[in-house]
Amino acid sequence: MTGSPALTPPALSVQREGRPRLVVVGNGMAGGRLLEDILACDPQRFAITVFGEEPYGNYNRILLSEVLNGSQEAQNIFLNPLAWYAENGITLHAGRKVVRIDREQRRVYCEDGQSEPYDLLVLATGSKPFIPPIPGTTLRGVFVFRTLDDCRHIASYARQCRRAVVIGGGLLGLEAAKGLMTHDLDVTVVEMAPYLMSVQLDEPGGRVLGQTIERLGIHVRTATTTKEIVGHTHVTAVRFADGTEIPADMVVIAAGIRPNIDLARECGLACERAIVVDDQLRTSDPNIYAVGECVQHNGVVYGLVAPIWEQTKVLARVLTGSDPHARYTGSRIATRLKVMGVDLVSLGRIQDVQSSDEVVQFSEPARQVYWKAIIRNGRLHAACLLGDLGPADQLQRLFHSGAEVPQRRVEIFFPPAASAAPVTLADLPDAQQICDCNGVSKGTIVAAIRAGKCTLPAIGKATRAGTGCGSCKKIIKGLIECFADSVTPDPSEDWYVPAVPMDKPTLVAEIRRRGLKSVSAVLQELGHGEDEKSKNGLASLLKSLWGKEYIDERDARFINDRVHANIQKDGTFSVVPRMYGGVTTPDELIRIGQVAKKYQVPMVKITGGQRIDLLGIRKEDLPKVWADLGMPSGYAYTKALRTVKTCVGSEFCRFGLNDSTGMGIAIEKRFQGFEFPAKVKMAVSGCPRNCAEATVKDVGVVATEGGEWEISIGGAAGAHVRKSDVLCRVSSREEVLRIIGRFLIYYRDNAKWLERTYDFVPRIGLDKIRDIIVHDKLGLGEYLDAEVEKMAAAYVDPWLEREHPAYEGQFDGESRIPLPMVT
Amino acid sequence: MSSGEITYVTVGPVSAIPPGMGRAYHVGPHRIAVFRTRSGRVFATAQRCPHRGGPLADGMLVGEQVVCPLHAFRFDLHTGQCEQSHVCPVQTYPVDITPEGWIRIGIPTRFRSSEDVSPLLTSC
Ligand SMILES: Cc1cc2nc3c(=O)[nH]c(=O)nc-3n(C[C@H](O)[C@H](O)[C@H](O)COP(=O)(O)OP(=O)(O)OC[C@H]3O[C@@H](n4cnc5c(N)ncnc54)[C@H](O)[C@@H]3O)c2cc1C
Ligand code: SF4
Ligand code: FES
Repeated sequence: MTGSPALTPPALSVQREGRPRLVVVGNGMAGGRLLEDILACDPQRFAITVFGEEPYGNYNRILLSEVLNGSQEAQNIFLNPLAWYAENGITLHAGRKVVRIDREQRRVYCEDGQSEPYDLLVLATGSKPFIPPIPGTTLRGVFVFRTLDDCRHIASYARQCRRAVVIGGGLLGLEAAKGLMTHDLDVTVVEMAPYLMSVQLDEPGGRVLGQTIERLGIHVRTATTTKEIVGHTHVTAVRFADGTEIPADMVVIAAGIRPNIDLARECGLACERAIVVDDQLRTSDPNIYAVGECVQHNGVVYGLVAPIWEQTKVLARVLTGSDPHARYTGSRIATRLKVMGVDLVSLGRIQDVQSSDEVVQFSEPARQVYWKAIIRNGRLHAACLLGDLGPADQLQRLFHSGAEVPQRRVEIFFPPAASAAPVTLADLPDAQQICDCNGVSKGTIVAAIRAGKCTLPAIGKATRAGTGCGSCKKIIKGLIECFADSVTPDPSEDWYVPAVPMDKPTLVAEIRRRGLKSVSAVLQELGHGEDEKSKNGLASLLKSLWGKEYIDERDARFINDRVHANIQKDGTFSVVPRMYGGVTTPDELIRIGQVAKKYQVPMVKITGGQRIDLLGIRKEDLPKVWADLGMPSGYAYTKALRTVKTCVGSEFCRFGLNDSTGMGIAIEKRFQGFEFPAKVKMAVSGCPRNCAEATVKDVGVVATEGGEWEISIGGAAGAHVRKSDVLCRVSSREEVLRIIGRFLIYYRDNAKWLERTYDFVPRIGLDKIRDIIVHDKLGLGEYLDAEVEKMAAAYVDPWLEREHPAYEGQFDGESRIPLPMVT
Repeated sequence: MSSGEITYVTVGPVSAIPPGMGRAYHVGPHRIAVFRTRSGRVFATAQRCPHRGGPLADGMLVGEQVVCPLHAFRFDLHTGQCEQSHVCPVQTYPVDITPEGWIRIGIPTRFRSSEDVSPLLTSC
C-alpha cells in the first residue's frame, strides 16, 4: 500500500458502485442549492463530488451584510453543515480550487495536480468583485466584499480605522457602508453615476434614497469617478477625477461583479459575458452544465439569488432525468431589498422606458416615499417602490401574472377600498412563504413561536426567518402578537451570560449568597454548560464584585486579557502604552521610537483615541517591550476605560475656557484600570467648539462659559451615532470626578455584559440616572463613591506581570523540541 | 519509542501547562498545541487553526473544546472536528502521559499514502 508514483497524480475517487460521477465546481449559493435539489429528485442517482474554493461548507452569501453590521453571527449563516455532506454521501473538498478542466479525459484538476474524473460536470463558480483599473487597489486597507473572509477582514481592520470610503453606490456598496457605520467609522460612499442604486432605481428615486442615507450620517458623493487610492503601504486617502481628495483609513471596493469564467474559457467552452448556456443550462460541451451567477442565458446574466433558485430546480430535473424536458426560460426580476433600513421593491428594469409607455408616479418627499410604475401595452412592465411598500403585494401580483392593470391607473398604487379586503395574519395558509430570503413559511414560524421563541432574534435563530434582508420582520412581529399570548417567552433573553440561566440581579445575589469567587465555581454551581462569552462575562462580573478577593483564573480570560495586549491576525500583538490625556513628552517619544526600532515593529500608528500603537509584537517580546517603554498599560485590549481624549484647551488655545488637558489627565489617572461590561471612551473639550468630540463619547466633558463643566453620557460615533445626553453642569474638578465615578460604578453594576453606555443610558432613562447620580435620590451616593475608592486602590499596572508572570509560560512562544532520529 | 507509524516525543511536564490552558511546541516540522483541561486531561492538536492559521494554543478552552482566538471557531479536542460543522477539522495527535507526569506526543513518522485518505481532505 504505497503511494502512486508522483508523475501521474492519483485519481481522488473511483466510480462508486457504477453510479455516474457528478462533479460540481463551486460550493456557493447555486452549487449548494443544486445539491439539495438533486437529492430531492433522486438521492441515489450520482456519486457526487464538490469542490469549493472557500474553506467552509456552503453559506448564505446574502447574509454577509448582516454579519458585517453585527446583527448576525457568522456561524448562523451556514446552510449545510459538513455532516450533511457526509450523510448524503457527497464528497466535499472545501478550500480547494479547481484550476483546469480536461474535457477529453473528463477530469478536473486542482492546483497541486490532484485530479477527479467526471461523467457530468457542473460549473457553479459565481462571480468575483470587479476591481477598477486604478492605482492603489493593492494597498493595505483596501478590501472587496464578497466572501465570509472578506467580511472578517473588513471587520477586524475597521477596528483601527476612523474613516472609510466605499467605492460603488449600488446594493453592495450601500450594504458595506452600513456595515462600516456599525464599526464606528465615518463613511463616504462614492458613486460614478449621478445617483445611487442606478440598477434598481431611476434618477428621482436615487436622489430620494441619497437624501435618506445622508440623514443617517453617511456622506454620499455621486457623479464622482475615483482616480486613485492614495498611500504608501496602506490607504491614506482617495483621489477623484476632479482632483479633490478625501482622507480614508480604509476603502471597500463594491464597483460591480464579473462572472468567474476563466476555467470555462480556458477549456474552450463558449463564453461571452458569462458562460453561455441553453434552456437546460447546458454549455457548449454536452457533458458540462453551468448554473448561477457565472451563466449567461438568453443574453442575460443575473446577479441575485431568486433566478438561481429557478435555475437549480430545472438543472436538477434535467440531470437526474426526473423531467428530461424541463426548461429554464429566464426570470422576471422582482426584488425586495432593505438598504440601510430603507425598504425598496424593484420589479423589472425601471430604466427601460419607451416613448409609448405610460408612467405612473407618486412621491411624498417629506416621508421620503417614491413610487413609480411603467405600463406597457396595458400591463405592468417595471416598477420601483421606495420608503413605503404599501402597494408592493398588488404590484408583484400584477407583475408576475402579467394581468391587465386597472383602468384607472392610480388604482395600481391605491386600490379601491373594497378590493383591498384585509387578510389577517391568522388567516394566512401555513404554507405561505413569509421570509423570501431564507424560504421560511408561516407554519415554520408559528411552530417556533409555540415552542417559546417569542422575539425576533429568537425566531431568527430557530428558523432563520427575518435574518435576510429583514423586510419580513413586520409580519413576523405580527405573527408573534397573534400566536404568542398563550406561551411563555424565551427567558434566555434576559440572562447575563448564556451559560448561567439568571438575569444579572439574580446572578449577583446568588454569587454573593454562595460566596462564589471564581469563574469555575460559578459555572459548576449555577451553570449549565460553558462557552467563551460566559467565561469572559463572569470573569468581569466577579472581579467587580469581589475586588481583591476575586480568584483570578487566567483560563477564564480571552488571550488579550491573559497577556494584556491585543492579538492580531498573524498571532502577534499590539501594544498601546498609557499616555494620560494624550499628552506626551519628547523623551517619551524618543523612547517609543527606540523600542519600535529595537523590536523591528512593523507598524507604528496613532490611534483614534490619541495614543501610539505598536503593532506586530511577538508574545515572547511583550515583557521586554513593556520594560523598555517604562510606561503603564493603555488597556486598549479589554473592556475597561480606554482613553480620555483631550483638546489643548486654555493652556494654548485662544478659545480655551478651561484646562481641558489637565482635566483629561486627572480623569484618566483616577479611573485607569477600571473594568466594565464593555469598553468606555471619554473626552474633554476646552470650549463648546468641542475639538475633542466629547459629545459622542461614553462620557464627555465640555468646558462652558463661566468656568463650569458640562458632563454628558451615553454618546457614540458609529452606526449608532448618538449624541450624548447632558447629565449636569458642575464647577470644580472634584465634582467632575465624583459625578463621573458614580456614573461609572452605576453602569458597571447594572449594565448587561457587552452593553455599551449608548444602549444602557436610554434603557435606564436619563432622568432616573440623573436622580441617582446627581441628586442621590436612592441614597446610593456613598456606596458609589466608596466603590470608586476601592477600585482605584486596587489598580495595579498589569504590565508589571513582566517581572512576575501570573502563570507558567504566560509570555512563552513556541518551545522547540528536536525530533528524535527514527530507527 | 516508535509504535507503528508513530513516534512518541516528550515535550515537557504536565505541570508546565496551567489547568485550562494551552502551550505551543515546535516538534521537528510539526507545530503542535498541547492543552490541559480543568478536568485534568491532556490533548494535542495542530497549532495552526485550519481556518486562517490562528494560534490555537492561545485559544480559550471550554470543556474539552478549544476556541480559536482569532475568529472563535471551536474545535473538539478528541476528534479535531469543528463545532460549527462547516469548517475543516484540525489535526489531532495522540497523547501519552508517563507515570512521572511527562507529556509525550505521538508524531506521525511517515506520510500517509493517498489510498489511506483523500489528500484533499487532510490538507485543508
Ligand atoms: C454581501 C452580499 C449581499 C448580497 N445580497 C443579496 C440580496 O439581498 N439578495 C439577492 O438576491 N442577492 C444578493 N447577493 C447576491 C448573491 O449572493 C449572489 O447572486 C449569489 O451568491 C450567486 O450564487 P453563485 O452560487 O452563482 O455564486 P457564489 O455564491 O459566489 O458561489 C460561487 C462559489 O464558487 C467558488 N469557486 C469559484 N471558482 C472556483 C473554482 N475554480 N474551484 C472551486 N471553487 C470555485 C467560489 O469560491 C464560491 O464559493 C449578495 C451578494 C453579496 C456578496
Ligand atoms: S475645544 Fe475649544 S479650547 Fe479646545 S481646542 Fe477646540 S477651540 Fe480650543
Ligand atoms: S484562524 Fe482560527 S477561527 Fe479563524
